Amino acid sequence: MSLKILNKPLTKFMLCILAIGFLAAGCTQEPAPEEEGPGGNLNKGNLTLTTTTSTYDSGLLDYINTIFEQETGLRVEVISQGTGAALETGKRGDADALLVHDRETELELVDEGYFVDRHDVMYNNFILIGPEADPAGIKSADNAVVALGLIAENESTFVSRGDDSGTHRTEMKLWENAGIIPDEEDWHLSIGQGMGDTLHLADQILGYTIADRGTYIAVKDNLELTLLFEGDPDLSNQYGVMAVNPDRHPHVEYNYVSKYIEFLISDRGQELIGSYQVESETLFFPGFGLE
Amino acid sequence: MSLLLEGILEALRLITSFDPDLLQIVFLSLRVSVIAIVIATLIGVPLGAFLGLKSEKKTRLLNKIIFTFMGMPPVVGGLIIYLLLSRQGPLGVLGLLYTPSAMIIAQVLLATPIITGLTLVGIRARGTEIVETARSLGADSALATWTVVKESRLAILGAVITGFSRVIAEVGAVMIVGGNIAGRTRVMTTAIVLETRRGNFELAIGLGIILLILAFVINSFLYNIQTGGQDN
Repeated sequence: MSLKILNKPLTKFMLCILAIGFLAAGCTQEPAPEEEGPGGNLNKGNLTLTTTTSTYDSGLLDYINTIFEQETGLRVEVISQGTGAALETGKRGDADALLVHDRETELELVDEGYFVDRHDVMYNNFILIGPEADPAGIKSADNAVVALGLIAENESTFVSRGDDSGTHRTEMKLWENAGIIPDEEDWHLSIGQGMGDTLHLADQILGYTIADRGTYIAVKDNLELTLLFEGDPDLSNQYGVMAVNPDRHPHVEYNYVSKYIEFLISDRGQELIGSYQVESETLFFPGFGLE
Repeated sequence: MSLLLEGILEALRLITSFDPDLLQIVFLSLRVSVIAIVIATLIGVPLGAFLGLKSEKKTRLLNKIIFTFMGMPPVVGGLIIYLLLSRQGPLGVLGLLYTPSAMIIAQVLLATPIITGLTLVGIRARGTEIVETARSLGADSALATWTVVKESRLAILGAVITGFSRVIAEVGAVMIVGGNIAGRTRVMTTAIVLETRRGNFELAIGLGIILLILAFVINSFLYNIQTGGQDN
């Protein structure tokens, strides 16, 4: 009687699903200590890193993490989000480590006890992109604030990330310094999308935008827009790494994260960051201990 | 769990605040979806009725193509429209990209196969029988077809409701062709994606609840028409 139910097709189907579920759970949650990882190395554990689209889309993290994984046997699982969402994910304890770029907010959140062990890791810079004709004439601007002022004066279309990312936050600080409230202006388009999408949208409507150098280099072959302004210290883009505070979220893999942070700020890690190139251009510069 | 509760409270707060930005987003969502569904209905119902009354053997391939397009990923539909309307594309001179018109076009592309396919199935179920009856009572072929459409109105309304549900909830296509520009092409679904990415989960859930309430109101309206049809 009790075995009869096992012969029903639906029951069989459900049992199959259960069996697959158990197998899958076994694979991801309890890797035997000596188990061979996907790279042929010893897989000793996973850590989850939440980071911005710029570090991930540029390929930097794949490059560095592969080496870290080979040397330590730890596996880094990357979630790529905007900085705002990455910080929120970290605050909720849904990741173990963060690599983001909004220095001020990062330091505030460390003070509030959400994160620990924050270090500057690397930097690159933001650049102003626009149509070759440069109707607002920002090419010869003295600094980034003046450049944005010219765009506002000329009422040229400016496409904004509008997604609370590190890039968006930098843009908003520049507007503030220029004494402009762009959200009320018709020429300022806030689109709430990632860097690549924003560059493509700006390209379609021949508008200005601000971008991180890495993403720009990665997609510039498809763009009509060109680099018009760079080199202002206000446009520096500082990336920091930090761990989710294990006192607040005891389930995080703090030991693994410590190894990862040590690796990034070690001489070797810093050298790897500086040596990473796309189309023979350096995207990120070693930034540990520069303060 | 507490976040869901906060989301519900946020939804209530948003609804009672009559925030102009929010109202603008809600109206744009409704405007785009309603116009798209009207156009898709005007194309899909006659086409579905026509195909449903044809012999199955003759239209087999076309039917299969329509059923396939019913399952087209919205992102793909959006991408096709994007490529057509892009500055480098064949219709680039129209300057429609990143406007509500582009969003309507994309949604028509997604909804038309659904309305066509479901109308076709509904009409095929009883169509031939009704046509024969109507013809035997002296109707010409146009009148016979109209009779079939009238008799199959429940199935057709079901098709329209399904199409509407698809477009009001759709995010991939309107994101690509609309661009989610604040105050111009931002609709409820793209706003929800944005707030989720920003980490404003309460606001995202709140917007989601408003979207569901709107869908409920509109579906209730359509449902009442449908039930009304049944009573006759």
